[in-house]
Amino acid sequence: MSSALLIEQLLNGLQLGVMLFLMAAGLTLIFGVMGLINLAHGSLYMVGAFACAWVSAQTGSFWIGLAASLAAAAAMGALVEILVIRRLYKRDHLDQVLATFALILIFSEGTRYLFGSVPLYLNVPPELAGFVVLSGGSRYQLYRLAIIGVGIAVAIGLWLLISKTRLGMRIRAGESDREMIGALGVDIRTLYTIVFALGAALAGFAGAMVGALQSVQVGMGEPVLILAFVVIVIGGIGSIKGALVGAILVGLIDTMGRFLVPQIFALFMGTSQAATAGAAVASMLIYIVMAIILAVRPQGLFAGAR
Amino acid sequence: MKSIVKMGVIGLALSVSDLAMAEPIKIGMITTLSGGGAGLGIDTRDGFMLAIKQAGNDEIEVVTEDDGQRPELAVQIADKMIQSDQVDILTGIVWSNLAMAVVPSATAQGKFYVSTNAAPAALAGANCHPLYFNAAYQNDNLHEAAGEYANGTYEKMFIMAPNYPAGQDSLTGFKRYFEGEVTNEVYTQVGQTDYAAEIAQIRDSGADAVFMFLPGGMGIAFMKQYAQSGVDIPVTGPGFSFSQDVLPAIGEAALGVKNSGQWAPDFDNEASKAFTAAFEEEYGRLPSIYAVQAYDAAQLILSAAAKADVKDQEAFAAALMEADIESPRGDFSFNTNRHPIQDIYMMEVVDKDGVLTNATLEKVFDDHGDAYAEQCTQ
Amino acid sequence: MSRETYVNIALALLLLAIPFAALQWGSPFYVTLATRMAILALAAVGLNLALGLGGLVSFGHAAFFGVGGYAAGILASHAFNMQPLNLGIVSFAGTNSMLVIWLVAILVAGLLALLIGLISLRTSGVYFIMITLAFAQMTYYFAISWPAYGGEDGLSILVRNQFPGINTMVPLSFFLLCYGVLIAVLILFAFLRDSRFGAALQASRQNEVRVASVGIAPFRIRLAAFVLSGMITALAGALYADLNRFVSPSMMSWHMSGEFIVLIVLGGVGRLYGPVAGAMLFVMVEFLLGGMTDRWQFFLGLGLLAVVLFARGGIVGALAGKVRHG
Repeated sequence: MSSALLIEQLLNGLQLGVMLFLMAAGLTLIFGVMGLINLAHGSLYMVGAFACAWVSAQTGSFWIGLAASLAAAAAMGALVEILVIRRLYKRDHLDQVLATFALILIFSEGTRYLFGSVPLYLNVPPELAGFVVLSGGSRYQLYRLAIIGVGIAVAIGLWLLISKTRLGMRIRAGESDREMIGALGVDIRTLYTIVFALGAALAGFAGAMVGALQSVQVGMGEPVLILAFVVIVIGGIGSIKGALVGAILVGLIDTMGRFLVPQIFALFMGTSQAATAGAAVASMLIYIVMAIILAVRPQGLFAGAR
Repeated sequence: MKSIVKMGVIGLALSVSDLAMAEPIKIGMITTLSGGGAGLGIDTRDGFMLAIKQAGNDEIEVVTEDDGQRPELAVQIADKMIQSDQVDILTGIVWSNLAMAVVPSATAQGKFYVSTNAAPAALAGANCHPLYFNAAYQNDNLHEAAGEYANGTYEKMFIMAPNYPAGQDSLTGFKRYFEGEVTNEVYTQVGQTDYAAEIAQIRDSGADAVFMFLPGGMGIAFMKQYAQSGVDIPVTGPGFSFSQDVLPAIGEAALGVKNSGQWAPDFDNEASKAFTAAFEEEYGRLPSIYAVQAYDAAQLILSAAAKADVKDQEAFAAALMEADIESPRGDFSFNTNRHPIQDIYMMEVVDKDGVLTNATLEKVFDDHGDAYAEQCTQ
Repeated sequence: MSRETYVNIALALLLLAIPFAALQWGSPFYVTLATRMAILALAAVGLNLALGLGGLVSFGHAAFFGVGGYAAGILASHAFNMQPLNLGIVSFAGTNSMLVIWLVAILVAGLLALLIGLISLRTSGVYFIMITLAFAQMTYYFAISWPAYGGEDGLSILVRNQFPGINTMVPLSFFLLCYGVLIAVLILFAFLRDSRFGAALQASRQNEVRVASVGIAPFRIRLAAFVLSGMITALAGALYADLNRFVSPSMMSWHMSGEFIVLIVLGGVGRLYGPVAGAMLFVMVEFLLGGMTDRWQFFLGLGLLAVVLFARGGIVGALAGKVRHG
């Protein structure tokens, strides 16, 4: 095993982590401000990917598609918030789980109705199709590097938004005392719609960027959603910082686990056996880590406002 | 005996013989018409119905239901078809895990099952059944062909499949014939969508080529990421990942990939040309291998129906066994375990007038059976 | 008797009547459908103990359902192949006896529920939902990638397991067996609900501090409820495996966990017969919609949304009126 391979795998883990952060940030923001658990967050990720693939195919430009994915996911988020989610804030978590579970069914079948069952085609933009040479002579894909960069930029942007702007002030106020900001004359309904649309846009953005790497198909959001849950549970629900740390932790553990566990197993059993058993253990690794973290800190690493 | 054979011949000649066809046949088709794998099920249904329609035989009734690629739903539909609809023959399941849920209990309840695709090893060997016929292949066949083809071409191979029984069978099948060195044997997660970690290992492995079995969305994701990664080690695989239904989603990244299969649209025999033309006219698209297999399954049932009464299961099974059909695949007969003996080829993905499709490269196996037939004693 | 009691009796009789009517009118498949209703209802009764009485929204009960299913599948396959099940230190013979299988399913699931409960019950609210979901996913991935028992392909049971004195291959007999188990568990549920344990559990849902202040440890009460709940769902899983003569990891998928919650909410949260009403409606709707359109999940989603937003209290709530708090 060369050091170049190790560096490449670390970058891969970081890239997965950054992508999970985009998903987890929206989830945790929505929970922090509105106290809502949104299972349909993965559907918004799918909406972003489909919007990007479809618009890119129509216009021939990935960048227009990417913009469209942001717009489509944000618009869909706002629409869903106004029609459905708004009625759920005062309900218990059980109703929220069920209603958003129903939304998943509606989104999945609706998308299938519009676009069919065959996966859509979406490729990385030609501007980012190249490679970067790593130390040790290995090459790393520019597009994945760009995802890492975008993710870090989004993290900084979110931090600035929340700590430096008026909207951010209101979001923080909403997190600490929901009744209070209503009394201060802030239009709380609009604020909630904006926060939900912002979370949706982040998810849609992640879906579009990842769609260029993977296949754009119905159901693509569900595995990511569950990983994002693990991330925010580890990080502490409601905490953006926790989401960032949790996402990078999960990204690194998952990638390195898939890469290293079979090799470790191969030290004391046959290759084929180690490959299957190692892959089985690697697939459970992040859940085991989650269990250990929760056994020590039940509220996650960075317990949020609540 | 002679008179029976004669009657069969007459029945065949008349296509609909009122002697042999005293009893109408009811066929239950369970296949995937919704969800991510619907493309395969739709081709299965369309290929099957094309043969039924061409036969113009109104003594045959086909009821079709969607299993949504969910095993428990497939079982429920099978129970309904057996108990309420009282079908004689079940068919149509695409996926091995659904077949494992349905086939053993259907045959145990005394129904024929003619498989249009799924062919798990568990049903080909010691647990084979006199009422279970497979018109497609045995799951290992295409992997074996890829292994045999690699012998003459590559010395060191990187092999990879998802960590589930079909994936393990795949790599076992490949290694059964490949004589060179396997540098890495990697199992990925089922449903995995990001292959960056595996691609990094491929780059590092020093292998001459990659053999990968990643069906459906997994293969699409892998091929795209592989092309983007700039690793120039050639990829080979079984035809599942490069059939007509997934090629558009992979795009140019699939060009030049060599894959094993038992049929491609460019096959130069009369049955294949006629089938491809009829399918394109009926449905307005190129048929995939799944359509061919389903077409042959229907042809097999029709050929047996012309010779025997489906209620006389022993005679009907014997008639099916004769495999008296003109398959678009060319030579086709049944092995002792009621799985096909057929030729297996290497194909190459080419761009034909702007449409990605497979072109035949060379024949790898002539009259190839499978490794499990010996264990089948019933 | 209260109005709810009449509703419950009517529901129990209705479910019992379905298979007899089906046989009378020559559509034997409805017997299988009714069996499915009874088994899913049983699984949801298990969850209802944690969710309805204890307020523990577990989004991971599919794990217990699957464990029960695999207990049946694995023991039956060892019995069929005549190979003992070797666990390193001890080895067991496989078995075809449902009674033994049920016992194993309940014990193994109880142990798993104890482990999951010890960690996840330290949290509450939305954490609890996500953690139970994550643990269920863990067992799901384990089942998929563990090659010994079929992995993703699942495991077939060629002949249904045996129950003394009953031919389980006859659909009506198997239905009656499942129905009997369901009724027995419902009686157990009613007994638990009205016991001191049940009172403490319901009180801990409504006011944790008050329960703690009278000297009852809410954590232990909840843990006990969670373990019992997992055991009942596992029993349903073992029956479900025998109904389909097949187990696969999809029994553990998160859609399954979601379905159990749906059954309870459809029928009425915390109601004794809520899961029964919910399962009867859900299975029927799924069957009828599935027969009409390939896009049935879309309409299922719409219907579900409407129930959550506008029809709280579920079927039993609509039929029997509000719960009397006392």
